[in-house]
Parts: sequence; structure tokens; C-alpha cells
Amino acid sequence: MATGNRPLSPHLQVYKPQLTSVLSILHRLTGIALAIGTLLLVWWLVAAASGPEAYDAAQGFIGSIIGRLLLLGWTFALFYHLANGIRHLAWDSGWGFELSTAYSTGWAVVIVSIVLTLVAWVGGYAAL
Amino acid sequence: MADFALPRNSKVQDGKAWPKTEGATNTRDFKVYRWSPDDDDNPRVDTYTVDMDTCGPMVLDALIKIKNEIDPTLTFRRSCREGVCGSCAMNIDGTNTLACTSFNSDIKGDVKINPLPHQEVVKDLVPDMTHFFAQYREVEPWLKTDSQAPERERLQSVEEREKIDGLWECILCACCTTSCPSYWWNADRYLGPAVLLQAYRWLADSRDEATGDRLDNLEDPFRLYRCHTIMNCAKTCPKSLNPAKAIAEIKKMMLERQL
Repeated sequence: MATGNRPLSPHLQVYKPQLTSVLSILHRLTGIALAIGTLLLVWWLVAAASGPEAYDAAQGFIGSIIGRLLLLGWTFALFYHLANGIRHLAWDSGWGFELSTAYSTGWAVVIVSIVLTLVAWVGGYAAL
Repeated sequence: MADFALPRNSKVQDGKAWPKTEGATNTRDFKVYRWSPDDDDNPRVDTYTVDMDTCGPMVLDALIKIKNEIDPTLTFRRSCREGVCGSCAMNIDGTNTLACTSFNSDIKGDVKINPLPHQEVVKDLVPDMTHFFAQYREVEPWLKTDSQAPERERLQSVEEREKIDGLWECILCACCTTSCPSYWWNADRYLGPAVLLQAYRWLADSRDEATGDRLDNLEDPFRLYRCHTIMNCAKTCPKSLNPAKAIAEIKKMMLERQL
């Protein structure tokens, strides 16, 4: 749609990050992270089916610092995507559009996903 | 595919600092986007130091003062100076709003002013609104009826009339539409929050008889469904309207007519 040499006005470069847009892009990013994390899960399951050696290799990687950090990110992505997905369901039914409601549900999603991640990890380690 | 970076001709460069008013003690820096079609230069950000002791309270007052006293070439749209015409919509301190209803005192630090985001710039703070208004035309924003016109007005009950509250107040300033990332990446096909709110204004009007046609016209993966409920539109609307909610109501009508 360019007309002559007219410039495009700045957008991402100047628009202030705010809860509305940050949570929206985070929803998309956690969706991508979940898809990639699922590959890790598939690898682990295939390894378990392949035999002790393959399973040891997979377990070794997942148990390493990097593996655990990936799992931590994956669990947060899971809980965030889940909680924000419920928020989206509410929106699709027409509920929660008042700006104050959108902000309180937004912060609730952030807190709930952090708490659930902590509960999962603390619970996981306590069960060891 | 969305292009997150600015094209080469649109990269913003440092501009010049305009001379300060002599004797001014209470000053404030305004950093304003400049671009002129009359030369081949890239856009730049100029700094104007404004004497706040002799300046009105609104951002628009400061812009007018700059144009009158410092730099007459500074170009921006303005008309009513009271938030009903929508002309002075621009990006102030990182969010879209009307310059005439924004207080300088509500902004911390330098006042950064850019044109409405992701639009073609005609000059300085003036974006080309041709496409926006062409999209508005596309939803046929007028009352459409098949039935015989009554002898007097087409009446509405109080309840029916209330259904278009929060919709008719829209002044089409385009603050919401140009705050929407989905619109930034898909403006060629997605109608954007302002136009969809206007579309719902006619869908919600009890006197309108073209509901089916209107929904047919919107039933499209892009025109309507590029809305991903980001909510930047509701956050930025200078009239405190809620385009996101209006769009959700259209999506519900789409669903309900298939049940």
C-alpha cells in the first residue's frame, strides 16, 4: 500500500508494553514452547520404549541442569497457556471485557501459573 | 508475514534540538516525530523546549504553541480541541490518544509524540487515513431497511436504544485500530477494532433489517477473525469504549445464527 516514498510510522518501536499486549504475545510464545516441549516428551517416551540404554541417555539429559531448566520453562508454559486459555474461553462467551476485569483476570493468570509451577516442582522434589 | 522492523526509508533518526525560549525557567522537552515529503531524508525526532509557564495544560496546547512560536512547519491535525472530533489522535508517551484531552502533567519525563502507529505518514504527525475510511465504508454504516417506511420515525424502546450505548459514541479517531498488533500485520484484510465496533453498532440497532447481510459480509477468516482479544483497543480508547467487547458480540452472533 506504499504511496511514493512515504514512511511507515513506528509501531512496536514506540508502543508501550502493557499487560494486555504482553500477556497476549506470551500466550502465543508459550503455545510455541509447548509444541517444542512436546518433542522432548516424545523423545523421552520413545527412549523408554527402546530400552534401558536409550532411556538412560534421555533421562541423563532431562536430569541435567539444562534439562531441568527446559522442564521448568515447559511447566510454566503449560500452566500459563492453560490458565490464559480459560481466560480466552470466558472472553469467547462474552464475559470479562471490562478493562478492570481484563486486568484483574490477567494478573490472576500470571499469579496462578507461577503458583502452579512452584507447586508442581516443590511437590515433585518432595516426592523424590 | 508480519514485518516487525521498519522499512529502510522509515527508520527514525535523531533530529535537531530547537532553540530554547530566552528567560524561560519552567521548561519541558517535547520529542516530536518529523517527516517531510519535500526532501529525501528519513524521519527524525526533533526536540522542542517549551516554556510551561506560558503553555496550556494539554498536549495539544503545547503542539500549537510550538507551531506558533518555535517551528511553523510542524504539521498535525486538530479541530475541536475537546475530544469529539478525533482529529488530533496520535501516539503520546507510547499509547494512542487524543492530544486535546491528554494532560502534559500526566506524563513523566520528556513528552514523546509520534503519529498513529504503522500508518503511512503524509507529513509529521499526519497519517494517511484513506484505507481506514475505505474500510469503514465497507461495513455500510447506515440504517438499512426493507420494510415500508413508517409515517413518522422508526421507534425504539428504551431498552432497544440502550443496546447501542457504548457504540454510537465512537468518533473514528483510529486510536484503537492503530494500537492493534493484529491490525499492524494484517491491515490489508483485517477490518480492525474501530470499524468492527461500527459494524456492531448497526448489528445491535433494533431498527436495522440487514443483520444477515451484515454478518455475511464479516464472516471471513481475516475481516473479523483476526481479532485475537489482545485488548489494546479497549485500553487505549480515549472515549473509554470497548471495541474488543463489540467484536466478541459479533463473533457470538455468528455462532448463534448457526445453532
